[in-house]
Amino acid sequence: MQFIPNIIFAILLGVGVYFFANNVKKLLRNIKLGKDIDRSDQKSERWSNMIRIALGQSKMVRRPVSGFLHIIVYIGFIIINIEVLEIVLDGLLGTHRLFLPILGESVYGFLIGTFEVLAILVFISVTVFWLRRNVLKIKRFWNKEMTDWPKNDGNYILYFEMVLMTLFLVMNATDVHLQQSGTGNIISQFFVPLFQNIPFERLYLIERTAWWLHICGILVFLNYLYYSKHLHILLAFPNTFYANLKPKGQFVNNKNVTKEVQLMMDPNADPYAAPAEDEGEPEKFGASDVTDLNWVQLMNAYTCTECGRCTSVCPANLTGKELSPRAIMMKTRDRLEEVGRNIDANKGTFQDDGKQLLGDDYITQEEIWACTSCNACVEECPVNIDPLSIIMDMRQYLVMEQSAAPQELNAMMTNVENNGAPWQYSQMDRLNWVNEE
Amino acid sequence: MADLFAEGKEPDILFWVGSAGSFDDRAKKITRAFVKILNKAEVNFAVLGTEESSSGDAAKRAGNEFLFQMQAMTNIEVMNAYNVKKIVTACPHSFNTLKNEYPELGGKYEVLHHTQFIEQLVNEGKLDLSKAKLDINTITFHDPCYLGRANDEYDAPRTLLKYIKGTNLVEMKRSRNNSLCCGAGGAQMFKEPEKGTMDVNDLRTQDALETKPDVIATGCPFCNTMMTDGIKHHKKEAEVQVKDIAELLVESLGL
Repeated sequence: MQFIPNIIFAILLGVGVYFFANNVKKLLRNIKLGKDIDRSDQKSERWSNMIRIALGQSKMVRRPVSGFLHIIVYIGFIIINIEVLEIVLDGLLGTHRLFLPILGESVYGFLIGTFEVLAILVFISVTVFWLRRNVLKIKRFWNKEMTDWPKNDGNYILYFEMVLMTLFLVMNATDVHLQQSGTGNIISQFFVPLFQNIPFERLYLIERTAWWLHICGILVFLNYLYYSKHLHILLAFPNTFYANLKPKGQFVNNKNVTKEVQLMMDPNADPYAAPAEDEGEPEKFGASDVTDLNWVQLMNAYTCTECGRCTSVCPANLTGKELSPRAIMMKTRDRLEEVGRNIDANKGTFQDDGKQLLGDDYITQEEIWACTSCNACVEECPVNIDPLSIIMDMRQYLVMEQSAAPQELNAMMTNVENNGAPWQYSQMDRLNWVNEE
Repeated sequence: MADLFAEGKEPDILFWVGSAGSFDDRAKKITRAFVKILNKAEVNFAVLGTEESSSGDAAKRAGNEFLFQMQAMTNIEVMNAYNVKKIVTACPHSFNTLKNEYPELGGKYEVLHHTQFIEQLVNEGKLDLSKAKLDINTITFHDPCYLGRANDEYDAPRTLLKYIKGTNLVEMKRSRNNSLCCGAGGAQMFKEPEKGTMDVNDLRTQDALETKPDVIATGCPFCNTMMTDGIKHHKKEAEVQVKDIAELLVESLGL
C-alpha cells in the first residue's frame, strides 16, 4: 500500500518521458525531410557561437529590457531544474527532500534559497512579459500573424511558468520542517502567514498537492514543447551551432547551375552528346515546398519562438508590405507539420495533397518579392535564424521553374542577358563616363 | 585594361566601375570623383571598359541563378585573362558578389570597397587627407546593407568622413548593424514596390532627416538614388544633398 505513490509517480514519469521521446523522434524525422547541407566545418567557431549566442544569450540583450528579463527566466529555468532532479528522485524513492541529509542543512538551505529567489524573479519577469504582450501591446506581438494559436501559445507559456513558480513556493511554504529549520525559506517564509491556523494534516495535504501538481505540470510542459513556439529552449543550441558562418551577403551558388554553365561555356563540349548516364529526373531549381529546403532551414522553423524582432526591423514590413520574416518561418513550420501528419497518416510516404509552401495556402509571391535582401532579419534574430535564405530559394523557383518574376524584373534580366547591364544601354558605351563632365 | 595589356603592362588595381557607375548619370559622377582620388594618389589602375559586364548581383537576387553564373563566369574569364589580382569598386553590390560569390566559380581576387581602399591609401601615406576641409555643418552616413550587415564593414566610411575638418558626423538612430535598408537591394531597384503604406526610401530618409543633416553621405550608387528620391519626396532638396563619400573627399581636397 505504501508504495502506491511511488508506482503512480513512476508511471506518470514514464508516460511523460515516453511521449516526449516520441515527439523528439517526430521532430527529427520532419527536420530530416530537408535536403542535405554540410555544416560540419569550422567546429571551434560553431561551438563558440553556440556558447556565446545560445548559452550566453549575447544577441538577446540587443534589446535591453526584454533581454535582461529573458536572462532571468533562462537562468531560473536552468538552475531551478536542479531541484527537479530531487523531486524526481523523491517521487521514485518515496523520500522527502532526499538531498537535505546528503548536502547538510547549510548547503541545502543555500540551494533552496537560491531557487526561491530565482522563482520569485522568474514570476516577476514573466508577469512583465505578460504585461508587455497584453497591456502595453508592443507592436511586434500584434502583427497579423500573431492571432489565434500563436497569440494564445505565447500567453499559455507565461501562465504555465507563473503557476509552476507559485506551486514551487507554496510547496516550500507549507513544508513545516523547512520553515522550522529557517534556512532556504528566504521567499516562502512570506507566504507562511497565508497558511496560518490550518491544521497540520491539511497543511500536509496542501504541500503534497502542490508537490504533485508541480511535477505533473513540468511533465505536461515538457510535452507541450513540441506543439509550441517554446521549442526554442532546446533547439536554440543546435540552431546556433549549425547557423551559416559565411558573410551574410554571400548567397549560395547553385552547383547544378554551375555544371550547366560550365558545359555551355566549354568550347570543346559536344552539344549533341547524350548524357553520360541516365541522371534521372533533373533536380528542381529553388524551393516551392518544405522538402526543397535544407534541414537547417527546417530546423530554423522549429526553433523560431515568434518574438518578432526580425519583423520589427524588416524594411518591407515597416512600410506596410505583406512580408513578415517571422511569418515566413511560422508558415514553414506549419507546412512542415502538415507534411509530417500526411506521412504519418499514409504509412510513411507523403501523398500529394495539392498544396505547397509557396502558394495561396502559405507563403504568397507578394511576400517573396517584397524582400530587399537587406539581412536585417538575419542580423536581428537572437538564435541566428535565416528567413532570407528561404525567400531567395523561393525566388529561384519562381524565376527558374515558373518564369514568374514581376514584369519589370524580367525586363531587367533581359537587359543583363542582351547588353550586360540591368538597363538598356549598349555595352560599347560603358566607358562614356570618361569623356563626360 | 586591354590597352595596357597590349603594351605588356599590368596595373596594380582593377577599378570595377559597375553598371550603375557606367550608365547612371548620377553614379557616373561618383565614378569620376573616385578616379580623381585614384589619380591624386597616383594609383596604377585600369578599368575593363567595354569588356566589363553586369556582375550578376541583381539577376541572382531576383532569382535567376543561371543568368548570374553566366555573367560571373564571363567576367571571371576576362579578369583571369588579364591576371587581375586586386579589385576596387564603388558599388557594394558588385563588391559583395565579386568578393564572396565569384571565388567558388573560379574568380579569386582581393576585393575592396572604395572606402576601404581609400582608407588603405591614407594609411600607406599615398593620400594626404590632413588638409581635407569642408564647410558643412552636419553629415549623416547611411550604411549600405551590402557593405555593412552583409560584409561587416561599418568603420571605413566613417573613418574617412571623420578626416574631413569642419563637419560633424551625426549618426541616425538606426545605424551600423541596425541600419535600415534604403529599399533598393535584392533587385528592388528595378521594380515597383509591393503594395504598402509607404516606400522604404521615404522611411529611411525620415531617419536621416531627424539628424537635421546638410549632407546625407552614402557609399552605394543605389542608396544614392533612393535617398535622393526620398529627399525629393520630403521636399528637402533645397536644404539637403546626397553625396557619395568619394565626392565629399574630392570636394574637401579641392580636386
